[in-house]
Amino acid sequence: MINSQIMSHPVLLQGNEAMVEGALAAGCRFFAGYPITPATEISEAMSIKLPALGGTFIQMEDEIASMGAIIGASLAGVKSMTATSGPGFSLMQENLGFAVIAEVPCVIVNVMRGGPSTGLPTHVSQGDVQQARWGTHGDHPIIVLSVSDTWECFALTVKAFNLSEEFRTPVIILSDEVVAHTREKIILPNPEELEIVDRLKPTMPPEWYIPYEDTPRGVPPMGIFGDGYRYHVTGLIHDVRGFPTERPDEIVPFMERLFRKINQHFAEIQMVEEYLTADAEVLVAAYGAVARSAKRAVDDARSRGVKAGLFKLITLWPFPRRVLEPHLRQVRAVLVPELNKGQIAREVKRINQGATRVETLSRIDGRLITPDEILARLLKL
Amino acid sequence: MAEVTKLIHKYLRHEKKFPHVWCPGCGNGIVLGALIRAIDRTGFTKDEIVLVSGIGCSGRLSVYVDFNTLHTTHGRALTFATGVKLANPKLQVIVVMGDGDATAIGGNHFIHAARRNLNLTAIIINNNIYGMTGGQYSPTTPYGAISATSLYGNLEHAFSIAELAVTAGAAWVGRSTVYHATHLDQLMEQAIVKRGFAVVEVISHCHTLYGRKNKLGGPVEMMEWQKQVAVKIEKARTMTPEELEGKITIGVLTDRDLPIYTQELRRVREAARVALGEKSSQ
Ligand SMILES: Cc1ncc(C[n+]2csc(CCOP(=O)(O)OP(=O)(O)O)c2C)c(N)n1
Ligand code: SF4
Repeated sequence: MINSQIMSHPVLLQGNEAMVEGALAAGCRFFAGYPITPATEISEAMSIKLPALGGTFIQMEDEIASMGAIIGASLAGVKSMTATSGPGFSLMQENLGFAVIAEVPCVIVNVMRGGPSTGLPTHVSQGDVQQARWGTHGDHPIIVLSVSDTWECFALTVKAFNLSEEFRTPVIILSDEVVAHTREKIILPNPEELEIVDRLKPTMPPEWYIPYEDTPRGVPPMGIFGDGYRYHVTGLIHDVRGFPTERPDEIVPFMERLFRKINQHFAEIQMVEEYLTADAEVLVAAYGAVARSAKRAVDDARSRGVKAGLFKLITLWPFPRRVLEPHLRQVRAVLVPELNKGQIAREVKRINQGATRVETLSRIDGRLITPDEILARLLKL
Repeated sequence: MAEVTKLIHKYLRHEKKFPHVWCPGCGNGIVLGALIRAIDRTGFTKDEIVLVSGIGCSGRLSVYVDFNTLHTTHGRALTFATGVKLANPKLQVIVVMGDGDATAIGGNHFIHAARRNLNLTAIIINNNIYGMTGGQYSPTTPYGAISATSLYGNLEHAFSIAELAVTAGAAWVGRSTVYHATHLDQLMEQAIVKRGFAVVEVISHCHTLYGRKNKLGGPVEMMEWQKQVAVKIEKARTMTPEELEGKITIGVLTDRDLPIYTQELRRVREAARVALGEKSSQ
């Protein structure tokens, strides 16, 4: 994570605006989107700021087109992003799968609203957590990050670009209506203070370039359209040259590499934040805006003598199983408060394997779970 | 070496990607030939060309040629192409789509791309049917025609793709047929060098599915039909609507100079620099 101590430049921003700052700092120079509450401020700020940096903002005819456009821009060498909410996120799913299979770096922000369908456009929810994991069809790995405050909207957007470039994969950021619209002071770092990752490009003579060749890291260097490395990009399962294949001996290594390039870097990808977990007897596992209520509830529980701790998920997928497991063996119970019917609780229960008691706290009325609601449950665990 | 052999060696990924997937006699091969000849005449290098295609028999065209090639999702080729072009306006982006690809699932992208006027070339191979999925009716299947999903006759009325492009605001629109191969070469060349959104509708044939179901014969008979119904646009202008009934006009339907998106964008960037520069100095 980026160290917030070395920062220099204080600003008052809402989460959506901080994401724009993060994207620009990460080197994003292309944004395509379609207006939708509660993500629209991201498009608006991008339309004002990107052109001044020589970048491109375009409002496409829908979210399918937005997703297609950011993939195209990335293939031509420009870091790119789109932002939407539930209905638009649903429309993006097919092309999102294209970015996975063709290994095109890009960042997709979903500012969650209540759903399904048009749902609750102006109210908070965390209903898209499983969709972010499995929304596009077919077996695939995906990286999904969750933001819980304005600073994280900045810092994790930078991180999302870095991960997408490093692993040649789309990265999804799940925000929510509360985080998106809460104004907070943050200190923007100087550009030199940020770690920015750029995709590895081929350096060999073009005739030696094998675009989807396996490498120890599992991430092949990425040729850029126009740079002399002519190759074929397709959504069909392809061989190492990028050409469609139906041969089992080519399909399997390709699919295995797609997973391996993420799986063998779990330690780097799976980010969490722990608060008072060392001696905790009861644990709250939370993410997004709810994690802030949870932190307050943990403090309140401690002041009443209950040894509570917070396990805040930053990376939702791949689920940080290895970091959570030791806690499950130590605590009396885990509470998973979330703004859905238990989408992350389901995952916690799955890996728990009887180690401890897992309880859920769901809110699905478009309102944030309060510290008191969590506290009340913590006191009873 | 014969001219055609030279071009094959120069542009086809012949060592890697053949045999192709198309039926013998399919019009797609003629379109591929015309496209290669046209690109060769424009003088663009292989590195400068990005060939984007959709999904369908027509969409497979991109895999065979040695350019930067991008085989996208069904109907969305123009959206990917928009991103490529905006990210690097120096690239010559050519988009190949089928009639279903461009006007059914991708119809919305098609009209908006025409309206937006990026400097792109869109080539639509109109074979009146969904080829790849086995011959179901498409937005260009004629009224009454038989297809895998209209065995009792098609109830819907066909789009005219070129006219749709004109109305949607494309800067340049041309139409030809695979029978008129040299004419097609010329139109494609003009479309590629045209500054602005240029559309070439290619009347082609799918004898395997559409031809057989509608008893129109094989590739030879279907191309004979193309020859008979085609009327050069200059001649069509002198004909009455009755005389034009059942005919297909070929040639350049429209050629206009419109503001080009990427150039306009420079203006926006300048304005943004001024606006944000002023703000920060306040
Ligand atoms: C979203 C989606 N829906 C459906 C399909 C199945 N599909 C593949 S090609 C095709 C139609 C192709 O017809 P056309 O675009 O006219 O091209 P042709 O094959 O005739 O060249 C369809 C429906 C798909 N690939 N993706
Ligand atoms: S099915 Fe039709 S369009 Fe497809 S390759 Fe065969 S003839 Fe061509």
